[in-house]
Amino acid sequence: MIADSKVKIALSVNGEPAEVAFAPHKTLLEVLREDLGLTGTKHGCELGECGTCTVLLDGTPVLSCLVLGLACDGRAVRTVEGMARNGQLHPLQETFADLGAAQCGYCTPAFLLAAEALLATNSNPSRDEIKDALAGNLCRCTGYIKIYEAVELAAERMRKVVHGRA
Amino acid sequence: MAGHRIIGKAMRKVDAVAKVTGATRFADDLAFPRTLYCKLLRSTHPHAKIVSVDITAAKQLAGVQAVLTGQDLPIPFGILPVSQDEHALCLDKVRFIGDPVAAVAATTEEAATAALDLIKVVYEPLEAFDSAEAAVAHPEPRIHDYGDSGNLHKLINLEFGDTDAGIGEADLVREDLFFFEGSTHLPMEQHAAVAMWSPDGKLTLWTSTQTPHYVHRALAKVLELPAARIRVIATPNGGGFGGKSDPFSHEIVVAKLAMVTGRPVKITLTREEVFYCHRGRHPTLMWVRTGVKRDGAITGMHFRSLLDGGAYGSYGVASTYYTGALQTVTYNVPRYHFQGARAFTNKAPCGPKRGHGTPQPRFAIEVHLDKIAEQLNLDPAELRLRTLVPPNSLTANYLRVGSMGLGKCIEKVVEGSRWKGKFRKLPQGRGVGLACSSYISGAGLPIYWNNMPHSGVQLKCDRGGGVTVFCGSTEIGQGSDSILAYIVAEVLGIDPFDIAVVTADTDLTPVDLGSYSSRVTLMSGNAALQAAERARQILAVHAAKKLEVPPQRLTFAEGRVFDGQDRKRGVSFAEAVQLAEAAEGTVGTVGSYTPPQGAGKYRGAGVGPSPAYSYSACVAEVDVDPKTGIVRVPTIWIAHDVGQSINSASVIGQVEGSIYMGLGEALMEEMAYRGNRNVVHKIPSLLEYKSPTTLEMCDVITYLIEDPDANGPFGAKEVGQGPLLPVMPAVANAVYDAVGVRIDEVPITPEKVWKALRRKEKGEDARYGPDSFPDIPWPEPTRVAPPWEGGDGKGVTITAAASERQH
Repeated sequence: MIADSKVKIALSVNGEPAEVAFAPHKTLLEVLREDLGLTGTKHGCELGECGTCTVLLDGTPVLSCLVLGLACDGRAVRTVEGMARNGQLHPLQETFADLGAAQCGYCTPAFLLAAEALLATNSNPSRDEIKDALAGNLCRCTGYIKIYEAVELAAERMRKVVHGRA
Repeated sequence: MAGHRIIGKAMRKVDAVAKVTGATRFADDLAFPRTLYCKLLRSTHPHAKIVSVDITAAKQLAGVQAVLTGQDLPIPFGILPVSQDEHALCLDKVRFIGDPVAAVAATTEEAATAALDLIKVVYEPLEAFDSAEAAVAHPEPRIHDYGDSGNLHKLINLEFGDTDAGIGEADLVREDLFFFEGSTHLPMEQHAAVAMWSPDGKLTLWTSTQTPHYVHRALAKVLELPAARIRVIATPNGGGFGGKSDPFSHEIVVAKLAMVTGRPVKITLTREEVFYCHRGRHPTLMWVRTGVKRDGAITGMHFRSLLDGGAYGSYGVASTYYTGALQTVTYNVPRYHFQGARAFTNKAPCGPKRGHGTPQPRFAIEVHLDKIAEQLNLDPAELRLRTLVPPNSLTANYLRVGSMGLGKCIEKVVEGSRWKGKFRKLPQGRGVGLACSSYISGAGLPIYWNNMPHSGVQLKCDRGGGVTVFCGSTEIGQGSDSILAYIVAEVLGIDPFDIAVVTADTDLTPVDLGSYSSRVTLMSGNAALQAAERARQILAVHAAKKLEVPPQRLTFAEGRVFDGQDRKRGVSFAEAVQLAEAAEGTVGTVGSYTPPQGAGKYRGAGVGPSPAYSYSACVAEVDVDPKTGIVRVPTIWIAHDVGQSINSASVIGQVEGSIYMGLGEALMEEMAYRGNRNVVHKIPSLLEYKSPTTLEMCDVITYLIEDPDANGPFGAKEVGQGPLLPVMPAVANAVYDAVGVRIDEVPITPEKVWKALRRKEKGEDARYGPDSFPDIPWPEPTRVAPPWEGGDGKGVTITAAASERQH
């Protein structure tokens, strides 16, 4: 068996520059979990079917199991590990925790990031807009309802913070 | 509830922050130096003898450290003592496509995968059976060399009173046939396990299991190791729903590979392999005949089920009993005859999925009653309210019902959904349907019959004021870790977040049987309650001395221990621990829980008894498109009798999750096989196995009924499974209300609705469903006189010979 030669890329991971070397066939999911040790990103199928491996690539939700690591050179990746700042949870993390939007927690990182991307472009989404934005993410525990409620409450709190600053 | 500071409140779970930050370590998140990766070679035949397995080439591939075949693990195992019919790797034959045949451990996953291609297996194909009916029709070739008859694994025949005579007293007798298709759990996390072997002879296995205790047993048996040298740690499960309740082939294989190689060995199943592990809902054909009086009173019920068990026993014997056990705990059934059969087939093995064996008969009974109500010209809600089992009663099959809130549940959903203004009154294409259900709060008997507790807790008080709770219970997302913390916090008057919870580790925690049967809140909760009350007693004695008040006057609250009559006179909780520790030494207590004995003494009485039964009532509203047959469910109203919620947010979360999973089973989920193409699974992927996304999920209006049960901790009963059960029949009944066709089969797919509508147009029977139940070689019935006919719970089996002599 011939050992894979590795490739190296430079990217931004959760706002910090990072360099990482990996076998060229690896997906972003594998690079994150196996080479960067960021196991907060999960996998449910590795075929692009369930949304569990969702991360933000340059601010847009992507299925990290369908993105080659090589394609991320020079780009910005955001994972669940980057959401809390200075020991403080992100408002979405607060509401997901408080309302019980995370049961087993396995799909949760993906939902948080998909919701964060939604709120970045729509600070006051309707219930239907939330459903549309999260339609690519499967959750088998919650029935999604607590997730909608958590997104709505976080959006409300985030609007107040922005308003307060303005 | 009044008087509780924590119990019943909506609270954050103790592991919530770990879950939302990605910090929770699931099994596949574990990484150890020098880890080898395991891959399993799975059968490509549904039923075949293994002629030979040649691993020579695979062993020589660079990176491969070990290759195992069935000969390396010849001892059988299985979850039930009566069904020890699995081998970690198939020994002499394969029984379904996906059955594991060989295993490789290599330095990379790629090398392990490449090595699988080098293993040469010669099979001699055997005739394969893709349905229970096919297995009934073909006793040979036998899939297993054990079982009650041919390819019938289990046959049950139990009669409680003279049912035919009971039905003979009825004003209306109705017979119906139903089919419930199999479905799978589909947890988002694929099963994963890591094993480590230490040269001192100790084995450690981290695995995403709901039942570390049974994995512990299976490892000791198959690996022939002393249980004391095996440590099983259940990692938090990324969803279970029953799919991680069996000891699995891959868990035993990685343990053996770790022993052989002396290195950590890890396996993470692919999504396709998760479909092969399965252990999901048994496809079940059902026949039911019920006699009722004009006022709706049931005079007798005769129920038959035929379960397609797939290739192995798993929990199947229990599943089969469960298809007949709980018919009697909702409505008064004075005489009851149950005949159940489970067939082996050449498909992935079925087992316990949320509701374990009871959603199928519940679907049948609740649709059957809807038809009966229509014939009697009674509102289906009214029919049910008239026939409710009273609280604190004994059923015909000797199940002891305690608190019983079904009546309140029905009233809530009828009112909330404005049922009376909608039923048979909505415009064509829209309809409402009602159904009810009940579920156990843990089984009365353990899987291995013994007199030991079902759940144990150890509790340690730290002089800093912290408390650690040790319990074997397994967190699968249902909140079992939090339940321990809330209950202990309530009793000791401290903040639940000051409590450390250590669970599901056979080296560290006392046995809890596992996260199945909706048993954890009631059983581990009671064990935690007992341990906490004992700790409180110890602390009270010493705090009372210091405060110079009688111990019984002390209140534990807000992190203090104080005089209930003079709040200022008190000590901090930490100081109370210090006083006790100074006087007595380390403060630690234990608690345990054993369910009350069941009332039935007949063979088969072990399945059905529970310390408490939860109750649910559900109204579903549907829109049916008559052109396409597509059923949309905008709203479900659900009332659930939970006894007492421990964390109301978690309870509502469990209810909503149950409705979600029930909706999937009602409308789309099915384990489908290509019978004409070698019994290969049609859709072993998350894309093609349809499950509800945000776009299909309905609105859920939840009502909690809280009538504390004497057997539950603070009165709590189960919530994780029961609310799923009424969804499928409520949707089916609503479809009938909407378009006048009966879909006596789930899932209720557009094709079935469309076909039934076409039949209705042609003036044919406006129904889609099964039309016959095969002849089964039933054994002679065990006859048990119901309590009201002077029975004592014992059964009498009349053999054919004895029966002839009697005549």
